[in-house]
Amino acid sequence: MAERSFAREVQKLRLGDGEIFEGEGILAITKALLECGVGYVGGYQGAPISHLMDVLSDAEDILGELGVRFEANASEAAAAAMLAASVHYPIRGAVTFKGAVGVNVASDALANLTSAGVSGGALIIVGEDYGEGSSIMQERTHPFAMKSQFWLLDPRPNLPSIVASVERGFELSEASGTPVMMMVRIRTCHVTGTFKTRRNKRPPLSVREALANPRREYSRVVLPPMTYAQEQDKIRTRWPAAERFILENKLNEFFGPEDSRIGIVLQGGMYNGVVRALQRLGLADMAGESKVSLYVLNVTYPLLSEEWIRFASGKTAVLVVEEGQPEFIEQALASMLYKENCATSLHGKDYFPMAGEYTGQVMLDAVAGFIRSAAPEMLSDRQRAPNMADDRPPVPDLSKVVPIRPPGFCTGCPERPIFAALKLVENELGSHQISGDIGCHLFAALPPFEIGGTTMGYGLGPASNAAFDGGGEKRSIAILGDGGFWHNGLSSSIGNAVFNKSDSVILIVDNFYSAATGGQDIPSSRAGNASKSTNHSIAQAVKGVGVEWVREIDHTYDVGRMRDILKEALTTDYAGPKVVVASSECMLNRERREKPKREAAIKNGARVEKPRFGVDEDICTGDHACIRLSGCPSLSLKKLADPLRDDPVASIDRFCVGCGNCGEVADAAVLCPSFYRTDVVCNPSGYEVFLSGIRQALIRKLQDFRARRRLDFGRA
Amino acid sequence: MDAIVENPEAAANSSGSEKITKVAVMALGGQGGGVLAGWIEQCARRHGYAVQATSVAGVAQRTGATFYYLEMARSSGSEPVFSLMPSAGDVDIVIAAELMEAGRAVMRGFVTPDRTTLIASTHRSLAVSEKIAPGDGRADAGEVLASMEIASRRLITGDMESIAAECGTVISASLFGALAGSRALPFSREAFESAVQDSGGRRAEASLAAFSAGYQAASAELAEASRNAGAAVPGALPAPKGRGSLLAGWRELESRVSELPEPARDIALRGLRKVVEFQDLRYGGEYLDKVALAADSDREEFGFELTREAAKHIANAMAYDDAIRVADLKTRKSRFARIREESGAGATDVVRVTEFMHPRAEEICAMLPANLGRSVERRAGAMRALDRLFNRSRRLRSDSVSAFLKLYVVGGLKWYRRFTLRHSVESDHLEKWLAAALNYSKGDYRLGVETLRARRLVKGYSDTHSRGQSKFAKIMGGIELVADRDDAAKWARMLREAALKDPDGTELDSALATIRTFAGEVETGETGSNR
Repeated sequence: MAERSFAREVQKLRLGDGEIFEGEGILAITKALLECGVGYVGGYQGAPISHLMDVLSDAEDILGELGVRFEANASEAAAAAMLAASVHYPIRGAVTFKGAVGVNVASDALANLTSAGVSGGALIIVGEDYGEGSSIMQERTHPFAMKSQFWLLDPRPNLPSIVASVERGFELSEASGTPVMMMVRIRTCHVTGTFKTRRNKRPPLSVREALANPRREYSRVVLPPMTYAQEQDKIRTRWPAAERFILENKLNEFFGPEDSRIGIVLQGGMYNGVVRALQRLGLADMAGESKVSLYVLNVTYPLLSEEWIRFASGKTAVLVVEEGQPEFIEQALASMLYKENCATSLHGKDYFPMAGEYTGQVMLDAVAGFIRSAAPEMLSDRQRAPNMADDRPPVPDLSKVVPIRPPGFCTGCPERPIFAALKLVENELGSHQISGDIGCHLFAALPPFEIGGTTMGYGLGPASNAAFDGGGEKRSIAILGDGGFWHNGLSSSIGNAVFNKSDSVILIVDNFYSAATGGQDIPSSRAGNASKSTNHSIAQAVKGVGVEWVREIDHTYDVGRMRDILKEALTTDYAGPKVVVASSECMLNRERREKPKREAAIKNGARVEKPRFGVDEDICTGDHACIRLSGCPSLSLKKLADPLRDDPVASIDRFCVGCGNCGEVADAAVLCPSFYRTDVVCNPSGYEVFLSGIRQALIRKLQDFRARRRLDFGRA
Repeated sequence: MDAIVENPEAAANSSGSEKITKVAVMALGGQGGGVLAGWIEQCARRHGYAVQATSVAGVAQRTGATFYYLEMARSSGSEPVFSLMPSAGDVDIVIAAELMEAGRAVMRGFVTPDRTTLIASTHRSLAVSEKIAPGDGRADAGEVLASMEIASRRLITGDMESIAAECGTVISASLFGALAGSRALPFSREAFESAVQDSGGRRAEASLAAFSAGYQAASAELAEASRNAGAAVPGALPAPKGRGSLLAGWRELESRVSELPEPARDIALRGLRKVVEFQDLRYGGEYLDKVALAADSDREEFGFELTREAAKHIANAMAYDDAIRVADLKTRKSRFARIREESGAGATDVVRVTEFMHPRAEEICAMLPANLGRSVERRAGAMRALDRLFNRSRRLRSDSVSAFLKLYVVGGLKWYRRFTLRHSVESDHLEKWLAAALNYSKGDYRLGVETLRARRLVKGYSDTHSRGQSKFAKIMGGIELVADRDDAAKWARMLREAALKDPDGTELDSALATIRTFAGEVETGETGSNR
């Protein structure tokens, strides 16, 4: 079960002709797919399109009713490969994953798919994970389209445009026999709005029907000599066809006056940002009516020379708004101008920064800078030569005060004790070469754990330690999550280690879900899932590919045991790969499921135990050693009112779930006796009440006896 | 790049319609920022506004900063073009679900004096970087609050987290109430409330209660009162209670406190209570003897800082954390009452309490009579045997009679404490440190004070305690090196601050290395001049 349920929202997918849809971007995309008669959908989760996978998953019933096949693919490569169904069959298919990393993984399949070409519309929806809120290295998806020659859509970020883009995308794909990629940025995935819906369409040819009547076309097999013909076909047939379709159907848009002396050419996704800058400069109204000509590239690849030259000619200067680097679009447009002998001066990265997101300020500065030099008469006097008159007191610089707040392990996370144990092992055996992978466990690289220094890709953690596989004075340690394990790790990392007789330690963190992407199910998930097969053991899989030394721990909160197993793996005489599988359920998902149940049970009078931790303020000395082995959001500090105490003491907040890490760490690391656990027994049995009554009475007697013999200072 | 002056009048003129209202929500994962944004959106839509919301929610984790952004405008035929992200200097309302997130909004330029209403919760959710320092690594809340005041047009603050907690819900509800109460949006209270109601769920009732409390906090401008709520203020000391003979003894000690210089009396009284509670009245007398030593060599021109620091750190040193103290504190009636209250248990619920103890040979040995303890300590074999016998995890169910009794017996060993190895070690340590500090204070008052303050490093249990001890020793060594210099006090302070920054003492070591180089330089310099 995913972290966020769309069970209620997916009902909007049933809206019919002329109704108004109100909601988030990803849901609108799904609705658009159904309106287009898509035959199959799939993908692999990852921000910012994780929720698109969740929507598809929650909409499985609706998809089923329409005869649409949904596949939660094992990886982006698997998702892209699924589009093969559109190669020989006229079936529309769509998959989704994140860019640029998901596209990296998928690129093998994408290249083969594009070479073969498609007969049914093939749409790839890519969540461009760039700028604020991104979780990956900063790169563009754009060059993948250029190298394989598939088409790239970048629609204006509002629901009607996105919905139209899905439909046009399928049509463009079919008209040019080429897969089409639609790019949506982080905020666009979550943007809310409205659009007028149409009735969902059953696919004219379903995958089931296709299966009954297999087809193959020799020319689409990606093998020489066809590959040579396919390359020629791309250039001679598919590309011109795409250009024709884009031009005739006006996929790119023009706004503002036709005779403006200057113009702006922009990626569709940049439209709202550009209009905002113009609004702030007084050059556009609320509805976006602009005084500057705008050429909006809803298709950023291929670029249409004819359309572009028409826009540029007659203008003295044009600004290119293209986020990220390198500036492929600007280079291409410049080359077209040059070849056409067009005298229009072209600007772009001379006003915009080459690297980084185009934030509101960046956009305003660049657009204003461009207009100030290219058409100063359009600006007011103040904007042309701003005075620095500002008599407000300056706001103090807070950059040294406000702490950074990177994401970390949640309260009660089962991975925290694993890394506390690993830190204790390192305290004892010295530091080790440790590589990380992709997933929640990567947060161990941040304080307080600071474990692991490299991330080479999903499922590649152990593979990235391969140079150290020969072993030595110490062994290398690689960390791999369950998500990465099934994505790619089993073959590329585990199989690789077995084959190369790797003398290394591999720690597999199994939290029952693809947790970092929002808690989607994977083969080793423990939950029952009506449409997916779960409960496949990681340890069995590891043994299956030939690992002999495997240790399993099914309660990661046992820090002492965790530490001992890791120590054993690092010191044993066994020379081959040593795999430790550490399993406990993701607390976020567990609490989401268990908390309502628990509350209902208490209400119904059932006996329920509620654990949580506490700290004795008088015993805690304020050294914070416990926090350096935890970083739990619920374990924080509290400054006491006592002037005798300089340092704040540890304190546990109301969101503590009683996972046990505090006590285990205090014990395993021999920290201090300040922690205690309370278990509140709601609706206790009669015997428990009786026993507790006797205990309390006896204890109270002893306490009173001692209290009478000393001064009582109360609590200051 | 030149400053860009936008032209709002021109924008208004060219559109001829009303303006776009921009709202940013800065929150932490798990605070319900998305729910809050959803409520605002519903509320605006119901008033016939065109609205757009978007977010940078990051990944699924609970702790990172999250960001939600809304734009709205009264619908007037053509659809407005809204931005998907806020711009510096162009936000009307900023809602911050935590104090430092409000600071972040100010830092990013989203809060400006010409237009921004800033609604912020003043509670703190500490970042990891603030929590892991061995000293006090918390960010300066005062500085952030002051900046918020300067940067905003209107500032509405309150501890929205406590308000939500009291209503049994999360902060999104109380902040939504504060937004309504601020009247920064032209919607009625009922409209706000119905947005909460419509979102339904089991939690609507608690959410509405928190909404109402947040509403009042904002509309009553409780800002001032709640702004100071976060700071810990020393409470007045209640008079002790007990048997007549004990009270008489106490009063005698109390009267000795009034002989101390006035500025040191309050802290000395607190110190006295701490040591008497730790041991007995006689121990309190010994404490006052030691404080009096400092007072005797103190000088008024420095505000009796030496006595004040001595009163504080001697008390902490004398009330060291031995097994007897821990067991005593763990078995007190007031603790049992506090735990029960904090657990939120109902009257009929049973509360079980588990303690996590892990004594090592060192702690056991420290409890032996001093001479015996010393001889055991010297013999590695004996220590190993002790370790085998005692060093293991001990989880005590202190609500059960048997475990309680174990703790109770240990907690009652005060009569024996003075004979233990630990007491002897602590007393020696204290004597040496105090003597050194008072000695320094004669020549360099400030150095004396700083030497007293170095005692702050000694804290924690087992390994942590040893690390603290070794840092303390290093600082004392460093002080010795610089004692003759005019700026010795400054160096002593720097050493202490360095030691409190990281657990391994890396900063301290590099500060010491610096001291050693110039301590060496001074010597060679002198030889040079002699030549």
